[in-house]
Amino acid sequence: MNNGILEFINVGKEYSGHAVLKGVNMDVRPGEIHALIGENGAGKSTLMNILFGMPVIHATGGFTGEVRIGGENANIMNPYDAMQAGIGMVHQEFMLIPGFTITENIKLNRETTKSSPMSKVFGKRLETLDHESMAHDARKALDIMGMDIEEYTRVHGLPVGHMQFVEIAREIDKTGIRFLVFDEPTAVLTESETEHLLDAIRKLAAQGIGIIFISHRLDEIIRLSDRVTILRDGEWVATEDTKNITAAEIARLMVGRALTLDRDESERKISDEEILTVKDLRVNMPGEEVKGVTFSVRKGEILGIGGLAGQGKLGIANGLMGMYPVIGDVTFKGEPMDVSKTNETLKKGIAFLSEDRKGVGLLLTSPIDLNIAFNAMEVQGKFLKKIGPFTFTDTAAIKANAEKMVKDLDIRCTSIAQNAGALSGGNQQKVCVGKALALDPDLLLVSEPTRGIDIGAKKLILDLLKTLAEEQGMTIIMTSSELAELRSICDRVLIICEGKVAGELSPTDSDEVYGMMMSGMSKEEAMKAAKNAGGGPND
Amino acid sequence: MNNWIAKVTGQPSFDLKTWILDHIVTILFWAFIILGLLTAQNLTMDGFFTELCNRFYRNIFLILSLIIPVVAGLGLNFGIVVGAIAGQLAVIAVRYWGIAANEQHFGGLTGFIMMIIISLPIAVLIGWLTGTLYNKTKGQEMIASLIVGYFGNGVYQFIVLFVIGAVIPVAMAHPMILYDGVGIRMSVDMGSVTYSLDDLFEIPFVPFMIGAAAVILLFLLWNQFIRKPKADGRTTKLNVIAFTVYALLSAAVMVYFIIQLVTGSVLNRVRDVPVILILVVVLLAVFIQWIMNTKLGQDFRSCGMNQAIAEANGINVNRTRVIATIISTVLAAWGMVIYLQNMGTLNTYTAHNNVGYFSVAAILVGGASVDKATIGQSITGCLLFHAMFILSPEIGKAVFGQAALGEYFRTFMVYGVIGLSLGLYVWRANKRAQLKMPGEGESEELKDQRLIAG
Repeated sequence: MNNGILEFINVGKEYSGHAVLKGVNMDVRPGEIHALIGENGAGKSTLMNILFGMPVIHATGGFTGEVRIGGENANIMNPYDAMQAGIGMVHQEFMLIPGFTITENIKLNRETTKSSPMSKVFGKRLETLDHESMAHDARKALDIMGMDIEEYTRVHGLPVGHMQFVEIAREIDKTGIRFLVFDEPTAVLTESETEHLLDAIRKLAAQGIGIIFISHRLDEIIRLSDRVTILRDGEWVATEDTKNITAAEIARLMVGRALTLDRDESERKISDEEILTVKDLRVNMPGEEVKGVTFSVRKGEILGIGGLAGQGKLGIANGLMGMYPVIGDVTFKGEPMDVSKTNETLKKGIAFLSEDRKGVGLLLTSPIDLNIAFNAMEVQGKFLKKIGPFTFTDTAAIKANAEKMVKDLDIRCTSIAQNAGALSGGNQQKVCVGKALALDPDLLLVSEPTRGIDIGAKKLILDLLKTLAEEQGMTIIMTSSELAELRSICDRVLIICEGKVAGELSPTDSDEVYGMMMSGMSKEEAMKAAKNAGGGPND
Repeated sequence: MNNWIAKVTGQPSFDLKTWILDHIVTILFWAFIILGLLTAQNLTMDGFFTELCNRFYRNIFLILSLIIPVVAGLGLNFGIVVGAIAGQLAVIAVRYWGIAANEQHFGGLTGFIMMIIISLPIAVLIGWLTGTLYNKTKGQEMIASLIVGYFGNGVYQFIVLFVIGAVIPVAMAHPMILYDGVGIRMSVDMGSVTYSLDDLFEIPFVPFMIGAAAVILLFLLWNQFIRKPKADGRTTKLNVIAFTVYALLSAAVMVYFIIQLVTGSVLNRVRDVPVILILVVVLLAVFIQWIMNTKLGQDFRSCGMNQAIAEANGINVNRTRVIATIISTVLAAWGMVIYLQNMGTLNTYTAHNNVGYFSVAAILVGGASVDKATIGQSITGCLLFHAMFILSPEIGKAVFGQAALGEYFRTFMVYGVIGLSLGLYVWRANKRAQLKMPGEGESEELKDQRLIAG
């Protein structure tokens, strides 16, 4: 039985000194469905990249530890080796060529060929394709999946559910497939499609194929898997038989952290006036689609928006700023507003700190003072002076304003003439804050304010946001993947799952509840499950 | 579990506006040519067809050399200029020996075959270098290919103007060498190599057309009724319609030329058809079709459709792209040799200059684009483009009273076609990439997806 087992032994990986995987151990038996779960950045993808010998691993210095198959070092240096070793993957993003037929996609780079006189002289690559046998193989793989679709249909225009199955058919068709990785396979599927997929996975496992099932949906993991491994912050947390563990326990293990940010428990007074109400907001941001979100914010409040990557939490702020196609009823200070017009939104007093600090937030090759003044100049006509018919920038005013911001926000720089690109991540973020403040906003949208910033600077940024809310009465909507930071300063936290609001939590609710809600449970279910598991409020 | 997924069917609906937009370049050319034929005063039908056929024989090989890079996702390879240069270097070498030997050796067909053989290693080397460059400039291959053409031109001029004579010893009194013994003269006479391929075997135009139409008709009948396309769903109603149209068309052409033959019309005075050259072109077309049906061809298509996915599936994308470039460069070199044996003289310093632009413009006129090109498009494009070339002075004379203005029109058309096609291509790509709210002017397939997703 031990023959053919897939083992990760003490696997570690660093990207330029930053450890993303630390001594992970895991094993997958033939015929087993092994679920792998963890938050964003927990190291799931890195682990799978190692398994597949992806160039991103080997171009950055390889990894430590060992991957063994059947007790021997598998020595996988590239995706081809992985394929030879019988490891296949059903990707989250489809690895299908739209212009090809289903057959061509299933047989991609594994086409059956017939030798010809030319190929005998010039090599195997000039063998002609054997379309009939290719179609035959494809048909067989599709039949295993129970798919009644013609194998010569073009993939272009197929519903996503079909594409998923074509991907799986491709893996099935590979001879000698021993292990199959499913990376969030149900994320794009409808309910009935999901059922069929889970059935198909069970069927494959019954044939002796070892399955690694990556998903954030706890209910699927509980229903489908034999064992579950939980990763957190690049570390192995637990491997359990699924029948011995509850969803609540998995959620707690997934979210719980050693390091928490302290929360100042003193009550803040927030007015009852609703400054922004959003009804049925829909945003088409690729990878972060928002599918109908309703919420409101009171004046002076800090509202947190959390959830896993790809669930749509980033789409909300981007949609409110009109960065992507958007529809929905938005009322700001009692007036309805067309959010698709970015310029008007800015003029009304809403400012945005983008999660894409370097791409959207800053002009990296311009000096700090210009960066801070830029939006106010463009949107509100500040820092400009008119001489006759010409408009000039008011350099003195820009400088004075920048000096003030540098002092107030404690931006560490050699001078305000330094280029924004030369600053550290934390100071760049402060410049972004300064830029937003120059607009004198009533509402500040902040996305991932501490991404790529070291832990000390994180605290400074969070304190700064809190001070803005407390002292200037600014309303803040903060979107973040890091629950700890949401819980440290927000008054309320909305959890976004699959483009919708899963529920509203208090920052003092327990880890289990947060974890289960991010995995698609409703608040009531999560609360109940957490209670049963005996998890008390977090302290 | 069986049959749970509904069958996805649905013919793409025909939309006249989209169709016109997709074929705008071809339609404009047809309009231009019809205008030209209507207004031309001094043009006889036999003169027009002789000129058109000549230009077709000369250029078709060069245009066909563009197909494989397009399929492999490299876009329109303006870099076939360096392939042409490889051909010219071989021509210069062989002509040098040929003239030195008083056409006793290295002349005629032997000379032609030597040019083909010598140009091969040069073109392979240059193609390999070019392909490697394209791999370093992914996403900008077309601009890189333009620059490669200019750079290649510089190196070539340095070789023929200085290296030959100064570095490579040549006979000072040789008629191809400039007076001071360094460099090649402005033009090189092809001597006995001229028409060496054309003259091998020729038959008159009208009987040839009758024969060709008959062969095509027989092939269509054989394909439809004896070989029978496999019953895999591809034999749709559309195929039957296509067969009927093509069969009727070739039958009509056959009957038309039989009438011409019997009535002894002016068309009988059209230049004789060089059958061997036509056979070579047919062979090339068969070769391209064949290679597309090999593992290598499938890899070309995979790389052309999506490099990232091809790479993820273990296809060596860079190597495949280099091979595509080498094939294209070699075909361009041979195309240039064929072109020159038909022209009769090599304009040493200018012959290659417009090869890239003209071939690209021609294939675009045929309806090709940056990511799609077929043999049929090359042939249509070659005919339409050169018909425009012949007719533009006539139109210039008829409309502006000046033939010279028509010459300017040519240049305008060449660059206009390239600009228009590339502009339309980018415009379409942007339109596809544009994000919209679901439901707002969404494409048919998105709607289908949403319907099925419920």
